[in-house]
Amino acid sequence: MKILVCIKQVPDMESKFKVDAGGTWYAKTDLAWRMNEYDEYAVEQSVQLKEQVKDADLTVLCIGSDQVKETMKKALAMGCDRGAHIADDNASGKEPFEIAGIIAEYAKDKNFDLIFTGMQSQDRGSAQVGVLVAEMLGLPSVSTVVHFAYEGGTVEAKRELEGGIKACVKVQAPVVITCQLGMNTPRYPTLPNIMKAKKKELLSIPVQELLKVDSRQETARIYFPEKKGGGLVLEGDIAEMADKLIQILKEKTAVLA
Amino acid sequence: MKILLIAESREGKVLGGTYELIAFAAKMNAESVMFLVGDESVLPKYDGKLYLADGKTVGEYNPDVHKQLVLDLIAKENPDMVAFCHSSYGWDLAPRIACTLKAAQVSEVVDVVDGVPVVPVCNSKLRRDVKAKTAKTVVTLQAGAFGLSDEPSGTPVVEKIVVTGGGRVQFTGYEQAASGGIDLGKAKVIVSAGRGIGKPENVAMIAGLAKALGGEYGASRPVVDSEWVEHNRQVGTTGQTVTPKLYVACGISGAIQHLAGMKKSEFIVAINTDKDAPIGDVADVLVVADLKQFVPLLTEKIKSL
Repeated sequence: MKILVCIKQVPDMESKFKVDAGGTWYAKTDLAWRMNEYDEYAVEQSVQLKEQVKDADLTVLCIGSDQVKETMKKALAMGCDRGAHIADDNASGKEPFEIAGIIAEYAKDKNFDLIFTGMQSQDRGSAQVGVLVAEMLGLPSVSTVVHFAYEGGTVEAKRELEGGIKACVKVQAPVVITCQLGMNTPRYPTLPNIMKAKKKELLSIPVQELLKVDSRQETARIYFPEKKGGGLVLEGDIAEMADKLIQILKEKTAVLA
Repeated sequence: MKILLIAESREGKVLGGTYELIAFAAKMNAESVMFLVGDESVLPKYDGKLYLADGKTVGEYNPDVHKQLVLDLIAKENPDMVAFCHSSYGWDLAPRIACTLKAAQVSEVVDVVDGVPVVPVCNSKLRRDVKAKTAKTVVTLQAGAFGLSDEPSGTPVVEKIVVTGGGRVQFTGYEQAASGGIDLGKAKVIVSAGRGIGKPENVAMIAGLAKALGGEYGASRPVVDSEWVEHNRQVGTTGQTVTPKLYVACGISGAIQHLAGMKKSEFIVAINTDKDAPIGDVADVLVVADLKQFVPLLTEKIKSL
């Protein structure tokens, strides 16, 4: 069995963001980078599948500058067999259709039985790439999956809907699965596996070889939204703030009456 | 401009996001037609033409068939834009349509300014103005971004679409949310724990404040996914939508999905170390503090009132 898992490196969302000089993306300096949270579930699920079927080869793919190799190494340490690094210093400038086009071009002649992606990225959040990859490859896809089981070529998955309801579906591989948070418990790489990961294949492919589609949209401007809160902000001594808050709750709500 | 609105139904009921599509079309000053896979006995209130496929024969989730139906309808109606809700249905189906239609898809639109769609970036910390380069566009609309100003009204002119044929993904049934003894919807006060509580041991502290205030405790998604709190206490799009008299968000940054589940609470207090966290946008009072120090102190003071 051949499995592909696609990951993205994103900034920690608690970071202080700044707008970059071009005004069309956030500045990439002074940020802590990590694996897109949704993709951690995708990696874990792909590794679990590999462990289940035993005879499997698991490739992790990531598009970006050399910096993304750090995140790829984590995926390799979690259990992926090899890395396909699509070298692109302007990955953040590419829209979902281009990203999907690159992945589909990479995957088209490799006969993957299963392709996993996160259901969206934490920064751009388009929730398009996984489904687009499937459409481009002519494969079925199931999005927003919180439960995945594989047996003899059949995938049984549960999609998470609003209000905690799940839709249960069956589909035959090959198939693309986009992973929702909470799908499993992503493992922490162990030290021996981190050491082993350093010896695993991590090939870089120039993005020009794989980008065959044209972009369909662009960012005109990125900016901070206007603060519309207008709520009261309390800062300073915690005892004083607690007293003040109790006073406000007495005045504005009936809960302390 | 003409917009094709992709309405939603589940288990025979029209979903609320459908009315936001109508409000969006009104805001865009556009004419519209609507598409729904649903039940003819439960139709959306809409003054316009509704193309209806029967949910029982098509299947409420059947991406291959839904995709083909929408593409056929686009060929017939030739809309400039196709609008979906940014929901489990919309984000699944929209890219399938956009891909074939050779259209740009702009996801999670929160506003339209001078005809330019605006979308959030990085958990709503930033916004982007997006320019489509294609003649037709596909959009998904963030829940709550385009509310109706009036109660929905109207009766659609229905044209039924007859469908045969299956699809590659077979829907086998719904699994309802696990129900527990907790109905957060009835609580007058909810104190919720977010990722900022740091470790599972601190849930007790949040529960303690909830108890002192005579309420229940809840949690945001990351806390539930980490299994620190059970799912039946989750507030947000994939958990419960609540409107208590007082909502206290502890260490919750304010992801859109969480805000959608609590922003209509009567009074909102946020306790957060990050003054710029999006939760501040909906909070009546934002306490900038380390909740691990502030919450126990507040709890003690309330107990001694």
